[in-house]
Amino acid sequence: MIGAGQVQRSDVLIIGGGLMGATTAFFLRHQHKLSVTLLERGQIGRQASGVNFGNVRRQGRELAQIPLANRARAVWGRVRGLLGEDIEFRPYGHLRVCYTETQAAILEQHVRDVEPLGLELQMFSPQALRQRWGIFSSEVVAGSLSPLDGHANPRLAGPAFGRAARRAGAAIHEHTEVSHVERDGADFLAHSVDGRRFRAGQLLVTSGAWSGHFAAAFGEPVPLDARGPQMGVTEPLPYAIGPSIGVSTPVEVEGLYFRQIARGNIVFGGGLKGSAFADLQRAYVRPDNVLRQMRELRRFVPAFAQVQLLRVWSGIEGYTADWAPVMGPSARVAGLHYAFGFNGEGFAISPGVGEVMAELLATGQTSTPIEAFSIGRFAR
Amino acid sequence: MSEPTVVVVGTGPAGVRAAEALVEAGLRPILIDEGLRDGGQIYRRQPEGFKRDYAVLYGSEASKAHGLHQTFEALRQHVDYRSETLAWNITQGHLHTVQSSQARSDEIAFDALIICSGATDRLMPVQGWNLAGCFSLGASQIALKAQACSIGSRVVFLGSGPLLYLVASQYVKAGAKVVAVLDTAPLIPPLASLRGLLSRPLLLWRGLQMMVQLKRAGVALLKGVKPLRIEGRPDQGVSGIVVTDAGGRERQFSADALGMGWHLRAESQLADLAACEFSFEPLSRQWLPRMDPDGRSSQAGVYLAGDGARILGADGAEAAGRLAALAAMNDLQLPAGRVQYQLERDRLRQQLAQMDQFRQGLARAFPWPHQQAESLPDAAVVCRCEAITAGELRRCVNELGSRELNHVKAFSRVGMGRCQGRYCGHAAAEVIAAVAHIPVETVGRLRGQAPVKPMLMNACEVSSGAQS
Repeated sequence: MIGAGQVQRSDVLIIGGGLMGATTAFFLRHQHKLSVTLLERGQIGRQASGVNFGNVRRQGRELAQIPLANRARAVWGRVRGLLGEDIEFRPYGHLRVCYTETQAAILEQHVRDVEPLGLELQMFSPQALRQRWGIFSSEVVAGSLSPLDGHANPRLAGPAFGRAARRAGAAIHEHTEVSHVERDGADFLAHSVDGRRFRAGQLLVTSGAWSGHFAAAFGEPVPLDARGPQMGVTEPLPYAIGPSIGVSTPVEVEGLYFRQIARGNIVFGGGLKGSAFADLQRAYVRPDNVLRQMRELRRFVPAFAQVQLLRVWSGIEGYTADWAPVMGPSARVAGLHYAFGFNGEGFAISPGVGEVMAELLATGQTSTPIEAFSIGRFAR
Repeated sequence: MSEPTVVVVGTGPAGVRAAEALVEAGLRPILIDEGLRDGGQIYRRQPEGFKRDYAVLYGSEASKAHGLHQTFEALRQHVDYRSETLAWNITQGHLHTVQSSQARSDEIAFDALIICSGATDRLMPVQGWNLAGCFSLGASQIALKAQACSIGSRVVFLGSGPLLYLVASQYVKAGAKVVAVLDTAPLIPPLASLRGLLSRPLLLWRGLQMMVQLKRAGVALLKGVKPLRIEGRPDQGVSGIVVTDAGGRERQFSADALGMGWHLRAESQLADLAACEFSFEPLSRQWLPRMDPDGRSSQAGVYLAGDGARILGADGAEAAGRLAALAAMNDLQLPAGRVQYQLERDRLRQQLAQMDQFRQGLARAFPWPHQQAESLPDAAVVCRCEAITAGELRRCVNELGSRELNHVKAFSRVGMGRCQGRYCGHAAAEVIAAVAHIPVETVGRLRGQAPVKPMLMNACEVSSGAQS
């Protein structure tokens, strides 16, 4: 075997250089000084980590995720200093609006539910919404604003965490595809397809939609689906919209969201998902989805009819059967950990996931409740 | 068996000749035209009510323009012609179109698709080219053809290739003041170019004639120039250009407008969205869709013709359009098409091969000045839509470790603007290759993403789900 003589050993081995892997590698070095090796099949921060919407949103999550989201938000607040570069985090708020009184009641309930968890939201009447932003159609009947949330640039975030991790001493191996991992005494031994081997005392699987086969190989299969978000961006318009804005609805096709970047372009997404092929590493935007998104965006904000669409894109996201992430220690194998299956809403919490997983790997425990995300739930 | 649906995108010389062959065989093709009227770019029609005659509008090419327009008029009732229609996406066996003026969208299931999408200017940035008053050669020509306007009152043309001299002489003929024609090609063309150029002696002669006429009209004609900078102020636009001449002397020309371009680049985005394979063409240093001599792409049912696939010029486009249509009908096993394909194939292939010889001669005599990318100052804008400078691209290579164009795009926004990298993609690749010291083909090409061009978000969903 090529390179069989040289096996590098580190405290922690991470498989997958998306945001979850890159942030964990960074915090393992930055806060805990553990030695860490990260293996990435392609380049850092691609697929779901790079093509997503860039929402830094806490409201509207399952209540179990709020403490994690709060912890992530705290990291976002100091991310520029941590990374030494701007990844365009803009804390200009996150606004959820709705079309029905029934949904408005759900928003109001959510405001009450998250307040004891430390997340303060403000309800808006349709008049107040129109007064403050002046863009919504008459169908919009209520809104809830999370004033301290916002958005950031996903194209920059993953690579920036990867570089910061590398500067802090992490060994980052791009273009390194892992074929399989075996136990070797108390260690994990990972084999790359080109014959290199990597050894570590602990292993973290953060391979997004591709995590399933590693988990299955350790006897913990997870029902995981690959789907493609349908994203688009308009031509630049005069900068006017601070918050990231979405429709809260139980109807999937209505669920559009958008944000305006400093350059002036409006990035949008939502509605039906496109087809994604994890094995081919390809995901597609369906033309009928784009036309449907246009219809829903006009219904939401009529002025979209006068705006030009420049580009659409997709990527591969991992979805679990119960729409909760898989995060935490293995239920079967000591030293093995997981963080994947974030169901299209992982970006906002990624720095929190990294900080929590690093804490867990370094100390064996975490101050943030994550029991609800245990992989053990699929074995029951 | 019902009649197959054949769709032709584009109604320039390639598209019209393709449609003609289809109609001759008894088909009723769908013609998708982004423009208001047929003719494409080279034989662009003037707006209704304009009264310039063919000789004034098209010069030496008047009879060809007339011929093509006549053919289209005769075809008009035998085709499903859809003007002002953008083919914005392709999925397996389906072309997706929008007609913004009607807020309409359609999904057309095709048996064969012939893409005749033409070309746009190939541009190499010069410091200051983002000032108001800088146009591409094609845009300069459109101003004249469509609107009878000059781009300025004192115009300089910069670049290389036949279009440079053609546009300049059209401007002179129309009475515009052309100060200078600045050609970056070497003073003496390399010997290797001569064989190619001599393959179409009439064209070569016409080119030389044009140069003589320009000189007679008092236009300064310089070859072997190196552009240094375009001068001007953001609030006032272009005021002049500074170059070094073949002797290495610095020369300044005052002008209030500048037309620039280095040959053409194929509009290959539809082929890309159709998942056609591309290969690198080293002579012109660009990626082009792979195809066989008859225009078959790597995707079954998708055919390519005209300058959208290979820059052979208008005559080549007419031949390629016809050949691609015949090949498509042959492959669809239509008896009339099969017979015609057998009859004409060899002649058309031969014509195209000769024109390709000429293309190679031109590419050698008037080369793409890729070395300019290396000496482009850091402050020079490469991507005009997003105002991305050469320095920013170099930072992506030197500090962020990028070696691939789409990776640099993700970091820098190069090619993310309204033109989606049409006008900056080639130059950006050269800047990256030069600073990374790697061959330009390893830098790759910008991946095509829908929509093919900016698309107004007023389009309604496909109503029937079928073609007309």
